[in-house]
Amino acid sequence: MILALHLGVLLLLAGLQFVLPAFHHGLLARIMVLAAYAVGYNLLLGYTGLMSLGHAMFFAAGMYGTGLTIYHLGFGVPAGLAAGAGAGLLAALVVAAVTLRTSGPAFLIVTMMLAQAFYLATLYFNDVTGGDQGLILADLGLALGGRSVSLADPAVKYNLALVVLAGALLLSLWVVRSPVGRVLVAVRENEERTRLLGYNTARYRVFTVLVSGLLSAVAGAAYTVLFSYVGSAFAGVLYSIYPLLWTLLGGAGTTLGPLVGTVVMTYAVDIASGITTGYLMVVGAALVVMILWAPAGIVGGIRARWARWLP
Amino acid sequence: MSALVLAVTALGLSLVFGVMRIVNVAHGEFFMLGAVVTWYVSTQTGSFLAALAVAPLAVAAVAVAADRLVLRPIGYQPESTIVATIGLLYILQQAVLMTYGPYARPVTTPFYFRVDFPWFGYSGYKLVVAGVAAILLVAAWLALARTRLGLYMRATQQDREMAQAFGVPVGRVYAAAFGIGAALAAVAGALVVPVQQAHYLMGLDALLMSFVVVILGGLGSLRGTLVAALVVGLSDGMISVLFSPTLAKIVATTLVAAVLAARGHGLAGEPA
Amino acid sequence: MTDRRRGEGVSRRGFLKGSLALAAGAHGIGPWVPRAAAQGPGAPLRLGFQVHRTGIGAVYGRWYDRTTAAAVKLINERGGIAGRPVEIVAEDDGTDPRRGAEVVEKLARQHKVDLIFGTLFSHVVIASAPRAGELKIPYLVVSEGYHVASGKLNRYVFQPGITDVRAQVTAVAPWILKNLGRKVTLIFPDYAFGHDHRDFFSRVAPAHGGTVQALIPIPPTETSFTRYFPRVPADTEVLYHVMVGPGVLTFVKEMGEHFGSRRPQIFGFVDSLEGVDLASPGLEFLEGTYFWEGFPRYLQPNAPDFIRFYRERVGVNDQGASVSDPRDVSTFAHMFGCWETLFVIKRAVEQSGYRTPGPAGYRAFIEALESFSSFPEGVEHPQGAKRFVGRLHQVFGHQYISRVEKRRLNVIHRTAIEDSMYEPEADYTKQPL
Repeated sequence: MILALHLGVLLLLAGLQFVLPAFHHGLLARIMVLAAYAVGYNLLLGYTGLMSLGHAMFFAAGMYGTGLTIYHLGFGVPAGLAAGAGAGLLAALVVAAVTLRTSGPAFLIVTMMLAQAFYLATLYFNDVTGGDQGLILADLGLALGGRSVSLADPAVKYNLALVVLAGALLLSLWVVRSPVGRVLVAVRENEERTRLLGYNTARYRVFTVLVSGLLSAVAGAAYTVLFSYVGSAFAGVLYSIYPLLWTLLGGAGTTLGPLVGTVVMTYAVDIASGITTGYLMVVGAALVVMILWAPAGIVGGIRARWARWLP
Repeated sequence: MSALVLAVTALGLSLVFGVMRIVNVAHGEFFMLGAVVTWYVSTQTGSFLAALAVAPLAVAAVAVAADRLVLRPIGYQPESTIVATIGLLYILQQAVLMTYGPYARPVTTPFYFRVDFPWFGYSGYKLVVAGVAAILLVAAWLALARTRLGLYMRATQQDREMAQAFGVPVGRVYAAAFGIGAALAAVAGALVVPVQQAHYLMGLDALLMSFVVVILGGLGSLRGTLVAALVVGLSDGMISVLFSPTLAKIVATTLVAAVLAARGHGLAGEPA
Repeated sequence: MTDRRRGEGVSRRGFLKGSLALAAGAHGIGPWVPRAAAQGPGAPLRLGFQVHRTGIGAVYGRWYDRTTAAAVKLINERGGIAGRPVEIVAEDDGTDPRRGAEVVEKLARQHKVDLIFGTLFSHVVIASAPRAGELKIPYLVVSEGYHVASGKLNRYVFQPGITDVRAQVTAVAPWILKNLGRKVTLIFPDYAFGHDHRDFFSRVAPAHGGTVQALIPIPPTETSFTRYFPRVPADTEVLYHVMVGPGVLTFVKEMGEHFGSRRPQIFGFVDSLEGVDLASPGLEFLEGTYFWEGFPRYLQPNAPDFIRFYRERVGVNDQGASVSDPRDVSTFAHMFGCWETLFVIKRAVEQSGYRTPGPAGYRAFIEALESFSSFPEGVEHPQGAKRFVGRLHQVFGHQYISRVEKRRLNVIHRTAIEDSMYEPEADYTKQPL
């Protein structure tokens, strides 16, 4: 039932590409990549209760790991993506090691400060990174089944984005439903007691930071190759706040929440901006109303009201 | 100068954080609103002092309204509060953008004298601001330590249920904490307008810096907040003598992270 | 925003005159339904306008908006472009690179505009340009960044209405070194706009006998600058500053506090003070310092009629502020770029016979644009005559150097167009369409 639901959502997304108008086709591709980022974020927030304000570092590590190796070293797309994932994993290792002894607000600030240092570094090393202007990755292609396809092709973009999202979603579903996931939830609810039960909670925590960082980095890496741009804006604190917002809006601790939150938020901005110049006010009001209606997020609210079985 | 103003802003956040156990993402916007209201009042009336009085009251009113209409109905649930205050942030920013505009606007310094050192000069206004900020901090400390409201706040901070059982009107204490927290941010915003101008995006940096200071100082510790503000304010300046500016920021930022990682509950205060 | 310039000072009627009222009927259709673009003769030419209405670029966006509205009104009054009325479809990009790229997609694919123009901030340009190239739609930026001329972008991206930073620095550097002093210290923001100044000034200075004494990059998000002034070497003759963003008044005040009356010569780029009243408290210190201006903000005594006409149409008073609110100061040194870009579009559309979006129409449009070599000064190019280099997709023009006297900027020198020319590094015309 649960697996079927997730596969159904992915199938729906796969089917949508044949009916969506061109603009929404492109927008949804972008949303799926960002939703994968939110899924990575949610794994940490929703299932271990650790709130990070520094995930932009992972997203950007993926972005720069991929973008810089392609731009400067002439890597191909697959090698570049691997480099991005590696960079993200490395960043996650550092964060996991540094934050081992922190929790709650201290974790929030340490991740934020580390991410801020990373952001400043992307500016400081502007000779390599392109700084805030960023770099363009032009004319990327991918060899698929013996023939080369251009990443400029909308269908290729869409389906690659879908693959990334599917990977993130299914991985998170697997983690959550595995014994590991149950321990994580136990850590979230009461770390002390979990430790007393004989679990090495620190190991579970490091594991989650790594997986969460990796997923975020893969999303960043995919974003770079699909949308041909690397820039420090994506390392800034706003891009740490976004996944937090998307996750909480959709419902932290629900597997589908991050996707729902990203879709709702992106479309709220897009549609409201078509109606009024003051669209941020509309978006702000919508957020307030939404959270009054469902304090646990959209999917969280649905789960509490109608579908208690949702993961 | 900036360290003491930062301490005032951070104190407001610390109050909200400590008493209500919520992260108010819109705190920086209260700082910004304070600055903007100051610009309006002082250009309309020509009196900076009037603005300094009006700004915190007006902003506190906004904050109390937000508390009643939004935060209380969601029961101060930490995660929903973040989303709700992000919504509030968008609303306030856009409202200011649509009325006040995108410009950075200064206010005439109420008085101007330049303190001349042999090799460089320093603005007298900044020294006065530092003095006012220091007085505010002392006043806040006295209020917390000596008044009934202060007692209620400390009680609520330590144990909300117990406080309620002893007849502390927790709902009103929350509203007061939120309002006073916002007012402190607004005063800080008002104080910096003559040196820094009011701009609709000025809130984010104030928010982030206050965050750092509050956590680094240790939750609920006024002394810690002050020490952390000074450490953050000064370390930045000292390190920038040694390195190129951006590199200095990187080093300072990493240092703060390292200190906090080593001492999980900050420089002072109980474990959070 | 899909509003066609609602509430921005120009009534919709001003845009849609005569037969165009037909098109107005389609306005209410929601975002899901692509407008049935009637593209017969006389149907409007729809220009997508990527504008910074929110975010850090909002000051510029507001005035780019107004200038665009004024230019379009004038064009429509005079019969439109190739006989077709012009309609602006504006979308806010929040001065954000991600939203910028989305806006390009939205304008091209949902609104199905004929072409896109108007972007200013270079990170938005650089993130959006690849999408314009992939969607194969002309994208005309008004950014002054050195990204178009660097060859980093693609065949679909042009900058025909405003000169780039490299040209500006190349033109004014010799004047600074000759008239103000040869030992220069640069203070600049530690991001791209500042780096362009750092790189190009450092490159040009030695050829004119100048030396760079120190480079002082200021990290973004800095709100106080006091600690950076002691880094200015004592033997500095000229302080060259390009601070931008809301912190600039603080910067000036603290510079004043630091130096007092013992200041070196000071030369700045007016980018820092766009949207800021020079009579603002705290700016007294700028008296007697020099600024680059893209287009003189204060009406100069000998200004020709077309400049007065331009100012009147945009709604700017003699001090460069809005006629309806003197506190609403314009971004005068940049916004003319939107006006001039629109007239270049008019010229290119009319010369190429462009009619409808699509490869054939765009090929004709782009090749016509690339064939241009100069634009005469006048109503269509009020900032001055221009030279256009087709292979670079970049325009070159005069630069102004002004001195702050009694809280206004008076022009004391205008550089020749040749002064700003540099060795081209790119050739877009070799790229396939």
